[in-house]
Amino acid sequence: MRHIISIQLENESGALSRVAGLFSARGFNIESLTVAATNDPTLSRMTIVSVGDDDIIEQIVKQVNKLIDVVKVTDLTATEHIERELLIVKIAISSKTQVDVDTQLDRFNAKVIDAAEDAYIVELAGKSQKINDFLTAFNVEQIIEVSRTGVTGVCQKI
Amino acid sequence: MKLNGAQILVDCLKSEGVKHIFGYPGGAVLHIYDALNACTTIDHILVRHEQGAVHAADGYARTSGKCGVSLVTSGPGLTNAVTGIATAFTDSIPMIVISGQVPSAVIGSDAFQEVDAVGITRSCVKHNFLVKNANDLAETVKKAFYIATTGRPGPVLIDITKDATIAEIEYEGYPESIKMRSYHPEVKVDAGQVEKAIAIIEKAQKPIIYSGGGSVIGNASKVLTTLTQTIGFPITQTLMGLGAFPATDKQSLGMLGMHGTYEANMAMHDSDCIIAVGARFDDRITGNLEKFCPYAKIIHIDIDPSSVGKVVGVDVSVIGQVNDVLHALIEGLKGKKLSNIDAWWQQIDEWRQVDSLAYKTAENVIKPQTVVETLYEVTNGQSIVTSDVGQHQMWAAQYYPFDKPRRWINSGGLGTMGFGLPAAMGAKLAEPDLDVACVTGDGSIQMMLQELSTMLQYHTPVKIINLNNGYLGMVRQWQEFFYEKRYSMSYMDALPDFVKLAESYGHIGIRVEKEADLKPALIEAFKQKDRTVFLDIITDPTENVFPMIPSGAGHHEMLLAGRDEMASTNDSGLNLV
Repeated sequence: MRHIISIQLENESGALSRVAGLFSARGFNIESLTVAATNDPTLSRMTIVSVGDDDIIEQIVKQVNKLIDVVKVTDLTATEHIERELLIVKIAISSKTQVDVDTQLDRFNAKVIDAAEDAYIVELAGKSQKINDFLTAFNVEQIIEVSRTGVTGVCQKI
Repeated sequence: MKLNGAQILVDCLKSEGVKHIFGYPGGAVLHIYDALNACTTIDHILVRHEQGAVHAADGYARTSGKCGVSLVTSGPGLTNAVTGIATAFTDSIPMIVISGQVPSAVIGSDAFQEVDAVGITRSCVKHNFLVKNANDLAETVKKAFYIATTGRPGPVLIDITKDATIAEIEYEGYPESIKMRSYHPEVKVDAGQVEKAIAIIEKAQKPIIYSGGGSVIGNASKVLTTLTQTIGFPITQTLMGLGAFPATDKQSLGMLGMHGTYEANMAMHDSDCIIAVGARFDDRITGNLEKFCPYAKIIHIDIDPSSVGKVVGVDVSVIGQVNDVLHALIEGLKGKKLSNIDAWWQQIDEWRQVDSLAYKTAENVIKPQTVVETLYEVTNGQSIVTSDVGQHQMWAAQYYPFDKPRRWINSGGLGTMGFGLPAAMGAKLAEPDLDVACVTGDGSIQMMLQELSTMLQYHTPVKIINLNNGYLGMVRQWQEFFYEKRYSMSYMDALPDFVKLAESYGHIGIRVEKEADLKPALIEAFKQKDRTVFLDIITDPTENVFPMIPSGAGHHEMLLAGRDEMASTNDSGLNLV
């Protein structure tokens, strides 16, 4: 099962490699990883999407918790939560395809952030599934370049 | 007070009560060595190889319960230390390793003797630090000792750039306490979990206590003994746990696992209630997980939550210091009526009749088991025994029953050949009034031989019991069992004359080739209180370690010496590590 693990950790050099290294050393899987400082500049939040059965996820949470730099670990998927991922994608356009592309952009509420004669740069935020759906709405040759941030999220409980 | 970083570091170590540092100098740590030179309260032991430094600090820590300290230079100094650090990490030994680093201005430039120490050691330390500023030194050292010695202990590396040791700053003294928002090792024992554990214990008809290294490291020997004797349960101990409960007590079933006793493994298999105390269900203990303890409810007591459920699912876990949890159990069990387990003891006594450690002696050859038994006899079971890794390690664990904790010093988790000799040196420094024996083999001893020189310089008289069979015995044993006797690279065609070798290092060397000479030689060796004696004992090269749980088997499927022949075509062993 897919789990989103949210980690608050000391914003120190090396902290990211401790977490990433732990995953590879113990053979845990990482689907995506995002990290940035929080409003408290001494703290970072790292969000990791991993796939595994409950026992493996329990081990991941415990092992990450054991890292000295880690302040708090939450399995977001175990609670009510909001998750989002940002996509920035270059889509090829031509006079023949532009109408279709525009229709898809409207359908997904995606935003053109840069428009050239033969390509759009489009941004779209949403759940990973929505982003997958959006990308599959186009032909492979229309997609020039894809950059996804990976999932970030928060627990809904205040 | 204005001090340079090196002087501050030494003051921090003094303030932590450090008495011994095991180390080796080099360019990046010269300022630290200069400051150490001016310090009269810390003895520095100059080893001959950095791996030896860390193993010696490790042996010191295991014997004394204090935090071991070693000091190495940058680059190769650090990489040589890594095996020692990993050894300590796997067995949860409190240790500080200080390494020099190139000046901060040249970090990342592939400078002379530069390695990414923090990166290299990340996966084999509890935590590590890179200090680039003298102002951060005191707090970092305080944190490092705090982390290394609390919770589940482990090695902590402090990598210090040379400029941080040179810079002169205003030093305000060593911090008295430290708080970290991300590290809270104190655990309050959950009363509800203790109650659940007691409910299982009360109903147990076939209980067994399975105690591991946590009982030794957590200084829980006393309370473990009290609990075990109060409730009258049988107890088995892991390789790392030996000595926490007296092995000569009638409730002790000896060691369990791959080379454990028949009664311990059978009792584990048939048990309906296993109380795991500071043990982590290592693969050498469990054998085939699918066949592991099929009837038991398992109570797991451990300081580290990640140990729970890692290998084996348990019914109740109680997180906390072994000492605290066992105290809570003793309290909670007061006034409770436990089941009568006479029938269980009767069954265990029947298993004991199998006498699984029996072995056949033969003429004209010394059996390694006899050597360890004689060592026990000559030392009245009172020696500290360190070991290396292999057959001799198992024989030492099987035939030298330990009645006290911190007397059996070996690399259990990582299985590091070369550990025994430097660890013996560390043990002798920690307990100068006790005899220290290093039970080793002709393979292992050659991995850290150079420390014989250190042992002369610092007067750490130990007795080296070299079970010399000319083979890498455990490798040979597995090749016999699982590789159709194809003895690939397990025979050492050329061995040194260990007697001359010991003598050339300034020690006494004695070669023993006949069983009749064994006991007199051991007596003579231990008479030499102030000398290191190297006993080169020629033992039966064909002897194997029994009993044994073969690969893929459960605890109830042990093979016994002379009674079960290992099928050499058994290829299931090929998957065994």
